[in-house]
Amino acid sequence: MRNNKTFFANIDWTLVTIYFCMLLFGWLNIYAANYGEGAYNLISMQAEPGKQLFWIATSCVWIFFILLLDGKFYTTFSYLIYAFMVLLLIGVLIVGKEIGGAKSWYDLGSFSMQPAEFAKVGVLLALSKYLSQLNLNLNKLETQLRALAILTLPILLIMLQPDAGSAIVFASLFLVLFREGIPAVYLTIIGLAITLFIITLKFEILTATIITTVVTILFGYLLKKGRNSIKPAIFSLIIGLGFIQSVGYLYNDILRPHQRSRIDLILGKIDDIHGAGYNLHQSKIAIGSGGFTGKGFLDGTQTKFNFVPEQSTDFIFCTIGEEWGFIGSFITISLFVGLLFRLIILAERQRSTFSRVYGYGVATILFCHFFINIAMTIGIMPVIGIPLPFFSYGGSSLWGFSILLFIFIKLDAYRMDILR
Amino acid sequence: MSRNKFADRRLFFYFLFGGSAVLLLITLFGIQVINNSYKISAENNVIKAVTIYPERGYIYDREGVLLVTNQRAYDLMVTPRQVRLLDTLALCEIINIDLEYFNKNIKIAKRYSTRKASLFLKEISKQTAAQLQERLYEFPGFYLQERTMRQYPESSAAHILGYVSQVPDYILKKDDYYKRNDNYGISGVESSYEKDLRGVQGTQYLIRDVWNRPKGSFANGEYDSLAVNGKDIELSIDIQLQEYAEQLMLNKKGSIVAIEPSTGEILSLVSSPYYDPNLLVGRSRSPNFNRMYKDANKALFDRSLLAEYPPGSTFKLVNALIGLQEGVIYDGTRFTCDEGWRFSAKLKIGCHAHRSPLNLIESIEQSCNAYYCNTFRRIIEKYPTAAAGYENWRNHVLSFGLGKFLDNDLYTGRPGRVPTVDFYNKQYGEKRWKAPTVISLAIGQDALVVSPIQMANMCAVIANRGHYYTPHIVRKVDGAPLNDSTYSVPKYTSIGKKHYSTIINGMERVFIGKHGTAKTARLKDIEICGKTGTAENPHGDDHSIFIAFAPKDNPKIALAVYVENGGWGSTWAAPIASLMIEKYLTGKISNTKQEAFILNGNLMNTEDAK
Repeated sequence: MRNNKTFFANIDWTLVTIYFCMLLFGWLNIYAANYGEGAYNLISMQAEPGKQLFWIATSCVWIFFILLLDGKFYTTFSYLIYAFMVLLLIGVLIVGKEIGGAKSWYDLGSFSMQPAEFAKVGVLLALSKYLSQLNLNLNKLETQLRALAILTLPILLIMLQPDAGSAIVFASLFLVLFREGIPAVYLTIIGLAITLFIITLKFEILTATIITTVVTILFGYLLKKGRNSIKPAIFSLIIGLGFIQSVGYLYNDILRPHQRSRIDLILGKIDDIHGAGYNLHQSKIAIGSGGFTGKGFLDGTQTKFNFVPEQSTDFIFCTIGEEWGFIGSFITISLFVGLLFRLIILAERQRSTFSRVYGYGVATILFCHFFINIAMTIGIMPVIGIPLPFFSYGGSSLWGFSILLFIFIKLDAYRMDILR
Repeated sequence: MSRNKFADRRLFFYFLFGGSAVLLLITLFGIQVINNSYKISAENNVIKAVTIYPERGYIYDREGVLLVTNQRAYDLMVTPRQVRLLDTLALCEIINIDLEYFNKNIKIAKRYSTRKASLFLKEISKQTAAQLQERLYEFPGFYLQERTMRQYPESSAAHILGYVSQVPDYILKKDDYYKRNDNYGISGVESSYEKDLRGVQGTQYLIRDVWNRPKGSFANGEYDSLAVNGKDIELSIDIQLQEYAEQLMLNKKGSIVAIEPSTGEILSLVSSPYYDPNLLVGRSRSPNFNRMYKDANKALFDRSLLAEYPPGSTFKLVNALIGLQEGVIYDGTRFTCDEGWRFSAKLKIGCHAHRSPLNLIESIEQSCNAYYCNTFRRIIEKYPTAAAGYENWRNHVLSFGLGKFLDNDLYTGRPGRVPTVDFYNKQYGEKRWKAPTVISLAIGQDALVVSPIQMANMCAVIANRGHYYTPHIVRKVDGAPLNDSTYSVPKYTSIGKKHYSTIINGMERVFIGKHGTAKTARLKDIEICGKTGTAENPHGDDHSIFIAFAPKDNPKIALAVYVENGGWGSTWAAPIASLMIEKYLTGKISNTKQEAFILNGNLMNTEDAK
C-alpha cells in the first residue's frame, strides 16, 4: 500500500460516498424549498440552489487541497490554526456584522463568513494535539483543566456573540475527553444536572425536591454500602437540592426571554401556536403532513409557500419530511447513523491518539448538529439555531463541515505512516 | 499499539448515537405516519376558501311593485404593510372620518396582520366610493371591495320588510352557514324568509401562501361551488294602500292592519310612528338605529304585531255571537240601559245616554254597555258554576284566533291574553268570583288584550261569517304561490254561520243607522260594516279603535285601526278605516274634507318621528 502513493490512496470511500449522498439529497431539498418563488432562475448566483452549487464546488476545492497536504501538516500546525481561529472569533466581536442581535458574521462584500463554523476545526485540532501527548494522565486535575481550557476559550468568545447553539456544539466535545479517559463521574454529574434542571422546570421546585430526596434515599439503600454510604449520600443530596434552588436563577437570569419561551414550549408549559410556538407548530405540520411516502418532490405546500421559517437553512428537515415523508426521514437519519458509526469505527482503528481524538471529535460535532437540528424541528428539543450538516444551505457551514470531515479522511488515509 | 485502555468507552458512543437516532425515528413515525392531524392542518394552512356571495332576493308587492332591491356598496380595505400615506387628511375628508378613527383602525388592522387585508371602513356609498376610486392611487395599501346592501325604492313598509345587518353572534354560533360579517335578515320579512332570500353562497378554493397571496386555484376548481342567488318574494301587501295608510297615520301613534278575508293575505300592516327603511342601510344604520331606539315614541317597535291593547267595544260583537250561539239571547232580546248597568251600589258599568231598551242590532249600532253586561252574565250563568260558564265562554273566544300566537310567516307576534280560569282563581280565589266580578270582559276590558293583527283577523272572521285564514304576508316565493295548508285551510269558529248575519246587520247600522256611532264616516256607494271601540288607557287618553270590513257581501277588505290616545273610536279610527276602504276598493277619496282632517291631525306629544 505504501508504494501506491496516488492522490486517492487509502481514502475511506464509505465516508466519501455518504458525504456526497448527503450533499445531493440536501441540495435537492434546498431546491424544493426555494421552488415556486417565481420569476428568477433557481440555478443562478441570485438563488440559494445556485449559490449552494457554488459552495459545493468550492468545498471540493478545499477537499482537494486537504488531501494534497501532507498528514503531518495538521499535527504540526494544530496550535497555530487554533490561535488563528481564536483571533477570528475575537475579531468578529469587533468588526462583525450584526444580524438579529448577534455578531456572528464577517461581512465580505457579497458573501458572509461565520468564523464559529471554522473554529470547530481549530479547536478540535488543538484538543487532539494536546491529548496526544505521551504519558498524559487525564486523571490529574491539572491535565483536565488544561484540556477544558482549550474548549472554554472559544466557548466564551462565542457566548459573547452570542450564539448559544454553536457554544453547545463546542461544549459537546467534552464527550471526547470521556473517551480518552476522564473519570466517568464527570459525565454522570453533567447528566444528573441536566435531568434535575428539566425536572425542576417541568414540575416546580417542591416536586423536584421530593423526587430528588426519594431517589437519593433509594440509591443509598440499594447500594447497601453500610454506614459509609450515609455521608456521601447526604452530601450529594445537599448539592442536588442546592442545584434545584439555583435552577430558577439559571433559568430567569442567565437565559434570555426567547430561550426561556422555547424551553417552556418544549416542556408544554406554554401553548402559543401564533407567537413563540409558531415556528415549531408550522414545522411539525410540514413534517407531519408528509405522511409515510411524502407529498413528492417539489409538491410540499408548507415549505413551498413559506409557512416554515428558515426553511433552507436550520429547518431544511421540514422540506425533507414534507416531500419525502417518513421514508425521507429514515434515509436521512440512516445516512447520519452510517456516517457516525463509520467515524467511530475508523477512529478506533487509528494508531495515533491524535487521529483518534480528532475522529471522535468529528463524530461528536456532527452528532450534536444532527440530533439537535432534527429534534428541534419535531419538538423534542427547544429551538436551537444550528444547521443540519451537509443538508442546510450555507457556505460557512458547508465549508466548515467539509474541512472538518476531510481532514479526518486524510488523517485516516495517512494512518499507516504514523507510528504513534 | 497505542495505550488504549478506554476503548470500551466507544460503546457509549454507539449507544448514544444509535439511541438518539431511534428516538428521532420513533417520534417521526408518530408525527408522520400515526398522527393525521398535521395533514389536516397543512391543508388548512394553504387552502383558503373564498366565499362567492349570492345576490339577495328582491321583494315585490302584490301588484309587482319592487319594494326591496340591492345596491352596490363598497368596503374600504387596508393592507397595513403597503400603506404609504402622504396625505392622511385627504383620505379622511373623502370618506368623512376623523383622524382618531383613522389611527384607531390602522392600529386594529396592524394588530390583525400587516400583510393581510383588514376591513377599514364598511359600506361606503356608491357616490363616495366613486370619488375615492378616482384618487385611490394616492393611497397605496387601500382598496375597495364590492358588496351589496339593501335599497328600498318605495321608502315605506319598514316594519314589514325589516332590515339586514351583519349576522349576530348567537346565529354565528348555532348556524354553520354563516361567517362573520355575512348579511343576515334581522327583522320583518328579511328575517322570516331569510333562508329563501339569502340564496346559497358559493365557494372557490384557492391556494395561498403564508402571506395570503393567491397561488392559483385548488385542484383546478374541482371542489368549487357556484353561488345561487336568493329567491324573489312577492308580498301580499298592496304598497299603494300601505303608503296611504302610513300617510293617514302620520303624527299619530297606533296601527292599521288590513286583511283580505277570503285569503288571509295582509294588505297593509302599519305601525306608527314608522320610518324610512333606507335609514337602516349601510353606514347610517347604526346611528339611526340608536336614535330611534332611544326615541320615546318607539318607531322601531312594531305596534301592529307586538302591541297588546284591550279590544274595547269592538269585542261586543264576539259576546253577541257567543250569546246567540249559547241561546241566551236572540235577535229580539232587549235589555234596559239606565245610562249603564247597575249590579250594586259599588259595581256599575256606565253607558252613554240613548233610548232604552235596545234590541241586539240597535245595541251594536249604539254600542250599549248594559246590553252586553247582561248578555255576558247570561252566558256565564247558563252553567252551574262561574268557572264552567267562563271556560265555555273562553273556548268560544279562542276560536276567533285570540289569546294565542297566529303562527304565521311574520317574524314576530304576541299571543294577546284571554284570561284563564286559573288567572281569576289566583286573582280572586277559587269560587270567589262570578260573572259580575269579571263583567268588564263584556265590553272588552278587564285583563283581555289583543294585538292589532288579531283584531283585524277577528274582523275578517265576521266578514267571512265564521272562519278565517291565518293572516300572512307572503304570496309567492320565487314565482310559486305558497303551498302551505296553514294558509289555505280555513279555521272555523265555534259559532254557527247563521248567527253572523244579525251581527253584520248591526255593524252596517253603525254607519247607516240614525244613531250609528260611525255615521260620519259613512261611504255613499260602499256598504261598510264596522264597530267602534274605545279602550281605557291607564296611562293617558283612551285609545280610539275601529274594525270594519267592506263590502258587506263578498268582503274584499277587513281591517282594524288603533289610534293611541285618540279618544272615541268614532273620532279618529272610524274615519281612517273608512278612508282606507274607499281607497282600496275605488282608488279615490270622496270625502276630501275628512281626509284632510285625518292627514293633518297630530296626536303626537313629541315632534315628528319620521
